[in-house]
Amino acid sequence: MESVLGRYRNLIILVGVLFLQVLGLAVQVKKSGNDEEKTRLIRIWAIDAVTPFERAVVWAQNGSSNVWHNYFYLRGVRAENRQLKEQIEGMRLQQVRLADDAAQARRLQLLLAFKEQFISRTVAAQVIGSSGSDHSRIIYIDKGENAGIQRDMAVMTSDGIVGKVLLVYPSVAQVLLINDESSGVGALLEKTRLQGVLRGTTNGEVVLERVMSDEQVAVGETVLTSGGDQIFPKGLPVGTVTKVGSGRDLFLNIKIKPAADLSKLEEVLVLVEKQERTATAEDAVHLRASDILAQRLPSVPDKPAVDAKSATGVPDVTGNGVANTTATQPKSETKPQGLTGHVLTGPNSTGQSPNSQSLTSSRIGSEKPPSAAKTGATGSPVSATAKAVRNPPGTSSGSLPAEQPIRPADSTSSAQKPNDGLGTASTEPATAQPNPPDAQPKPAKPTSSSPPQSTSQPPADEANPH
Amino acid sequence: MPITYTSGEQVEVYRFSIPVTIGVPLLALFVQAFVPLRFPSFSVYVDLPLLVTIFFAMARRNPISGLLTGAFIGLAQDMLGHNAIGIYGIAKTVVGYGASSLGVKLDVENAGARFLVTLGFYFVHAAVYFTVARGLVNISQTWNWPHGILAGLANAFLGVVLFFVLDKFKQRT
Repeated sequence: MESVLGRYRNLIILVGVLFLQVLGLAVQVKKSGNDEEKTRLIRIWAIDAVTPFERAVVWAQNGSSNVWHNYFYLRGVRAENRQLKEQIEGMRLQQVRLADDAAQARRLQLLLAFKEQFISRTVAAQVIGSSGSDHSRIIYIDKGENAGIQRDMAVMTSDGIVGKVLLVYPSVAQVLLINDESSGVGALLEKTRLQGVLRGTTNGEVVLERVMSDEQVAVGETVLTSGGDQIFPKGLPVGTVTKVGSGRDLFLNIKIKPAADLSKLEEVLVLVEKQERTATAEDAVHLRASDILAQRLPSVPDKPAVDAKSATGVPDVTGNGVANTTATQPKSETKPQGLTGHVLTGPNSTGQSPNSQSLTSSRIGSEKPPSAAKTGATGSPVSATAKAVRNPPGTSSGSLPAEQPIRPADSTSSAQKPNDGLGTASTEPATAQPNPPDAQPKPAKPTSSSPPQSTSQPPADEANPH
Repeated sequence: MPITYTSGEQVEVYRFSIPVTIGVPLLALFVQAFVPLRFPSFSVYVDLPLLVTIFFAMARRNPISGLLTGAFIGLAQDMLGHNAIGIYGIAKTVVGYGASSLGVKLDVENAGARFLVTLGFYFVHAAVYFTVARGLVNISQTWNWPHGILAGLANAFLGVVLFFVLDKFKQRT
């Protein structure tokens, strides 16, 4: 017996070591789901052994690079500075236009009681290492629990999403990249709004799965996050479509080029705090392009605040003639539960549609007067939405007196609006039709059953900031 | 002192100091994890921990020492990834055992032999990894021959150079 053991000693030890490792694998596979947590103690040894060197190298590399670029190599900095200032001016004007569009979209979302996720806090982190294997596409960042990072937080760059936090250690975190085969991100195509699941492949490519083969997807189309994975907020850039082919099981095989260069990551942002709130028809400062231009022309006086106040009826008017229309309200206050049921009931729903200003008030609960239902007056959420677009709160149309709630456009049969308990018992002209978002607000056409709105018509430039 | 089949001569068995035994594998892991941040294709084509495993196993010419070296290096490499711990461990254990067993029988001191041995063990390693990952852990794997051959050749070339550098740390028993 001893001679057998002695003769095959090496082989027996080999089998023993392999058996132990297979046993370890079996335990991990059986506990799959949060096996990373089970092996946390073991993994931390390797990470603690390697990351100090990586930190030191990154620190030295950045230090020398900063010294060179910040103190020695300053050629062309003045010209670049001048160019950037010009660029900022141009972008400020563009920002005003985009902010107006965004405000319009928020008002629409408010009417539909959408919940939005806002990025409220991010932590910048430096990439200090990787797994070193093409079978495991992960990176290590130099921030961990101590910086408030937790598992399943989204990681991104200014270009687009990068991945999610997989494991967190006190001062290091492991990030699973979106091109790893075990990752999955809810995504949608920007133009067609088709939703799918973004996955990595074994060779490091990114594909969009679960898009039916009878859909039309164009090469070059932008892909955004859909928010369905509860990790990435909706609307973050993911990448662009590079190839569309037929896949398995009636689905398309869509290859995506990630917006963020996953192979050359140096700094990333970890989304440590998301705020979920119902859309509000705010927003804080409603700047116009003309205001920006006026600020740069000293001869042009500021618009008197009193004009805006008298025109809009909104008390919160800044000294710059900029109206702070509706304050952002907390989630609990702005969640118009009743409104959801009202607006989404389809074109044949009955009842009144309060205007956008009253949506954020305590009158939200009175979305469906019983008597309106009795009269059989039909209401169109689309027309109510269109009205809100035409009458944004920042404009005088949006600041219709609270006693004049919007009535659906197709309820022309003079549906009588009952008193909703707050002294509002009036109807709105039945001529409201959906307008393009950039259309000029038109005066509402009075009907026999509606009071005139002549006092609330804005100047043309007030209603349309463009 | 073992006698080789190829030359019929006795071959040296080497040992290494503790700093080299610990430091070189650690350095290999560090480089393997850090360099891909600057050169992404490095991790696709080069497996430095594998080369270090082969070198130590062949130099020591002791199967037990070789398989243990491979197991430790492989497990450490597993710990840096997010897959189950043990896949690289098993693959490198087999390679360590095989390389040290081969080192006892063959003269692997010259560049040609080292090139072929490294190339062969790269494929052994890839095959074991593929089998374990797919068969035991159910990780989807695709075998790509052009990539495999290219990576094997790259590792073999790098191995020849690296082995001559690491020869400096050898100590005669």
